[in-house]
Amino acid sequence: MAKIKFKLNGELKEIDTDPSRRLLDVLRDDFNLTGPKEGCGEGECGACAVLMNQEIVNSCSVPLANVLDKEIVTIEGFSKTKRYEVIKDAFAKAGGVQCGFCTPGMIIATESLLNKNLNPTDFEIKIGLSGNLCRCTGYNLIIEAVKIASKTGEGLW
Amino acid sequence: MVNSYLPLTLEECLEILAKHDVKIVAGGTDMLIQNRSHTSMSIGFKSDVIYISNINELKRIYEDDMFVYIGSCCSLEMIMENELVPSLLRDTILEMASPAIRHTATLAGNIGNASPAGDSLVPLYLLDALVEIRSASSVRRVALIDFIKGVRKIDLSKNELITEVIIPKLKFSDCYFKKVGPRLSDAISKLSFAGAYRLESNIIEDIRFAFGAVNVSVVRRRELEERLIGKTVTKVKEMIDEILVWYDEFIIPIDDQRSNKEYRKNISLKLLRSFIENIE
Repeated sequence: MAKIKFKLNGELKEIDTDPSRRLLDVLRDDFNLTGPKEGCGEGECGACAVLMNQEIVNSCSVPLANVLDKEIVTIEGFSKTKRYEVIKDAFAKAGGVQCGFCTPGMIIATESLLNKNLNPTDFEIKIGLSGNLCRCTGYNLIIEAVKIASKTGEGLW
Repeated sequence: MVNSYLPLTLEECLEILAKHDVKIVAGGTDMLIQNRSHTSMSIGFKSDVIYISNINELKRIYEDDMFVYIGSCCSLEMIMENELVPSLLRDTILEMASPAIRHTATLAGNIGNASPAGDSLVPLYLLDALVEIRSASSVRRVALIDFIKGVRKIDLSKNELITEVIIPKLKFSDCYFKKVGPRLSDAISKLSFAGAYRLESNIIEDIRFAFGAVNVSVVRRRELEERLIGKTVTKVKEMIDEILVWYDEFIIPIDDQRSNKEYRKNISLKLLRSFIENIE
């Protein structure tokens, strides 16, 4: 057991638990944050994606030990921001959401990409979303959504 | 439940390694999957673990006249974005995993894992990379080609830690990396190839080839490369068929779920041929 202190969606948290638990399980079981989902459980699908110090990570592949003193933002925390509104509207406009299971991860991937590169090329968008699988849309609608967000979000990133 | 150690400094980490028999976890992207347990259960480590990713002194990238030094806790993304790092390695990292994995996975972890399909090992072998190994009482540097002993076997004692990956500064006229996999991202290679050369007035001053996932560890044969040094480009191109025969005996891939030995061998040799044909 160890005391792990970290920032979660803007609030300082400290929990006394086994540091060998996956961040994904801690988020879902201890904090009831069910936006990050377990898809493959091995880092290939991105359904569990969250932001760690503003960068996308797969919470199924991060031990809680590595979250010490980091800042974690899940889709629940991110959904309170203006950037989220822009990305959400872009996904709705482009039809980038169908069943929705991949969507929290896709939005986190979009934020992580636009935060570093507000005007990504098609290739850079594909690289940015390359760790996130979608089984409905065929990706083109999601890529279109990222392009719309990059245009309408000018000044936010 | 196993014990977990979370050192914040290198000194603290080396003291723990001196006293306890522990598994070392950096980014965790391989170790967590290899020891995967059930959803909502702790990771199923069978022995005590030490998490080293909170050691900030291992997250530096710097250089001197001869080498670039990459701290063993630097993420792949940090390395990819750092202009001190040779472009061959940065280009390779872009084809490794996905942004989410690259933000946490480490180069030293890819080395420590010593998988025959570890993508970063191919450019690192080509570049004659070294690793710095520390224990509480010693420091040593060893060539990567000697550090990796076989499939998942490395020359690291229980009290030791990889602290740096050290890359010699080399000049090439051109370099190339090709990964053959089923998907651009998050795919384990079927095979991979890297080549580099330096020309001066049409004479080969240096030439290097490395092949991944076609033997127990990366194939790099300096003695074969040396046969080409000092020759003209035209001469080397005339020798292509002969060069392919030299490499044939070292490219001994296996069949597995990702590919088969015929495909792996065939494509490896074709990549070598195409690389030599395109020297200019």
